[in-house]
Amino acid sequence: MKIIIDEDKCCGAGQCVLIAPEVFDQRDDDGIAVLLQAEPDAGQHDAVREAAAVCPGAAIELSD
Amino acid sequence: MSVNEQVLRYPIPADAALDPPAEWAELRGKCPVAHVKLPSGDAATLLTRYADVKEVLADPRFTRQLTAPDAARLTAEGGGVFSSEMATIIPDGGEEHQHWRRLVGKWFTAKRMSALRPSMARIAEDLVDEMVAGGAPGDLKASLGFPLPVYVICDMLGVPAEDRDRFSYWSDTLLNLTRYGKEEIEAAQAAFFQYMSDLLAGKRAEPGDDLLSELIAAGGPEEGGLSDLQILVTGMGLLVAGHETTANMIGKMVSMLLAERGRWESLLADPKLIRTAVEETLRLDANSGFGLPRYLREETEVSGTVLPRGTTVVCSMAAANRDESAFEAAAEMDLTRSPNPHLAFGAGAHSCLGQALARTELQVVLEVLLRKLPTLELAVPVEELERVEGLAVGGLRTVPVRW
Repeated sequence: MKIIIDEDKCCGAGQCVLIAPEVFDQRDDDGIAVLLQAEPDAGQHDAVREAAAVCPGAAIELSD
Repeated sequence: MSVNEQVLRYPIPADAALDPPAEWAELRGKCPVAHVKLPSGDAATLLTRYADVKEVLADPRFTRQLTAPDAARLTAEGGGVFSSEMATIIPDGGEEHQHWRRLVGKWFTAKRMSALRPSMARIAEDLVDEMVAGGAPGDLKASLGFPLPVYVICDMLGVPAEDRDRFSYWSDTLLNLTRYGKEEIEAAQAAFFQYMSDLLAGKRAEPGDDLLSELIAAGGPEEGGLSDLQILVTGMGLLVAGHETTANMIGKMVSMLLAERGRWESLLADPKLIRTAVEETLRLDANSGFGLPRYLREETEVSGTVLPRGTTVVCSMAAANRDESAFEAAAEMDLTRSPNPHLAFGAGAHSCLGQALARTELQVVLEVLLRKLPTLELAVPVEELERVEGLAVGGLRTVPVRW
């Protein structure tokens, strides 16, 4: 699994960080989401899918 | 009479405090783009399907310029929070909005909110102790729901919490769409403006360790910061937004979870469900308030219906959150539902700035209540809970509980 964040769409809601804190973080200077793991471990895949599904900005793209 | 044959009055009255009006399902099924009449008598277009509401909220053609001359007035007195002058000072769209959003949004990141958890839990514990000391039954709304978010937002902004009765009133005049007359609303806004202006003057002279002081320290627009007026309006907006929204949601969330004992028991048995349970109560909140109005600057189409330029659209997130085409068993409360892409905080670039704060507060309150008052129950039959009428943000009048 590969994750791409579209920074323009990110509205800094922080849902991804609340759901998958080992994969996502937010920059201190603007609250925009950043990746801690661009290709997360299998154990994180469910949380990452949930984060992508609920992102209010639809800013998280997943590919295999 | 079918919803197609008459112009519905909006907001649609509901019979029960926690349940949705029957019209929502009918509208989603047969009339997803409905003509409605607002309390002002002006016409608007109501959207109730999940896909439509989500799309419109994220579409920049649907603006927040409810002050446009041909935009529908929500009430004869104006539109409270939605069409106040305040709403025009924060940039509405594009790069300027994004700039504002990021300057302010960095204060509401998930990490910062998680760091506030221990202090939130302490406040919640103290408030629960005070409620218990007062004896049963207590009013969970007045004892816990209202004070907690106010203490937290005051602390973040560097606003003295002892002034809370004053801004509670100012906040209500902005958020209550029907209770106050035009003169009263204008007087309250002027007083609120003056209060914030004096507070900021104090912070300029003597900066504190808070969001408003930091916004001042970031400098003016030429240094990449905000203008004085923008800082002032941002402060007013955050104080109002951090006030009645979560405050009311705490009462509604606890009521929904206590309405069926099995829900509370599941949470007691497995507190790991707190996160998804909070999301599910947000999704199923049938009393979330007015919804979000938008003003259309150019002709466009929604669900096959052409909407002319100048249309005022009302997005009912609460109706959309019960759309069977988006959520399996949408009418059922499932405390484990995941993913739960509800629209309670809106969607797109304008989705709620404080959502991580609200989520954290709701999770902390629930965690503290389950731990300290496992025997908590409603002190009245659920049918006797009453809605507060006229609020842009819905709530319950009181939440009587015993333990």
